[in-house]
Amino acid sequence: MTGVPTLLDERFRDTAAAEGILDVAYDVLDDTPVGKLIVGVSDRGLCRIGFDPSPEEELDRLARQFGPRVLRSPKAIDRVRAELDEYFAGRRHGFDLKLDLRAAPEFHQRVLAELSRVEYGRTTTYGALAAQVGSPRAARAVGTVMNRNPIPIVLPCHRVVGASGSLVGYGGGLDRKEWLLRLEGALL
Amino acid sequence: MVSGVPPFERFYEAHKAEVLAFLRRRAGRERADDLFQETFLHALRAYTRLEHGEHLRAWVLTIAANAVVDAARRERPSAELAVEPVADDSRPAFEELAPLTDGLPQKERAAVVLRYGYDLDYDTIGVALGSNEQAARQAASAGVRRLRKERKQQ
Repeated sequence: MTGVPTLLDERFRDTAAAEGILDVAYDVLDDTPVGKLIVGVSDRGLCRIGFDPSPEEELDRLARQFGPRVLRSPKAIDRVRAELDEYFAGRRHGFDLKLDLRAAPEFHQRVLAELSRVEYGRTTTYGALAAQVGSPRAARAVGTVMNRNPIPIVLPCHRVVGASGSLVGYGGGLDRKEWLLRLEGALL
Repeated sequence: MVSGVPPFERFYEAHKAEVLAFLRRRAGRERADDLFQETFLHALRAYTRLEHGEHLRAWVLTIAANAVVDAARRERPSAELAVEPVADDSRPAFEELAPLTDGLPQKERAAVVLRYGYDLDYDTIGVALGSNEQAARQAASAGVRRLRKERKQQ
């Protein structure tokens, strides 16, 4: 059987996203400075950035969290792609994107909201974030929230380090954390 | 997630080539592109109403067959049509016929549902079942015989 011509395939994907009948539109960015990224947007905003995506697992995850109408649709993530490009080129210091965090538990949402206020080029600590959400002894739990951050880079969990200044850990691997902090001039 | 309903991407990738080939055969190359778009947009709109992931191939080919019929009707509103259009209800017909046809072997059940639930011709059903017109006719009549027999026994 012959395949579906690319133009026809893309036309359907674009239209589906434009009609607003998808739960999540996503695409995979193949070569960013931090490797392969999957980016997902819902009708409410950016809902997913994932490192080294395994497409099948990501599909299942997005469908479980947001609904089964998940479709790759490159055009739908144009804006996110553009802002990420600018960020990686050092030309953007903050993201101007709506976020969809509805799949995250309430405590996670509070911590991530606090995290979003940590500025470009700055770092904070797990303990400090915990104190800011009113749970000063919850540094470990904050670490878990960082580890499960559904939208890394844009929600800058790379800016959270240990009390001693050590990088501690990163969901996408320490190399990437280091790269991002160097990009921002927070590491020499 | 609705149990068993795959993410749409997976469903689309699994069936898009076959749907396009079907539409080209039934409606010609020229019209097939628009009908392809129409078919999958329709499937996408109906997707959240699916209750399980069975018979998705038959389901999407049914939508495609309906799209062909609707398009032909738009072009020649008064012409006799080989296939009677069904009501504009994208709910899978096997949901409605489920209580009746539940006990049938899968192929017979699909053939009965597509024939009597959707009023599709055997040629189309053959495509949906991945066989041919004759096999579809046989499956449907075997299904009906089996239903009659079960009914007598009750």
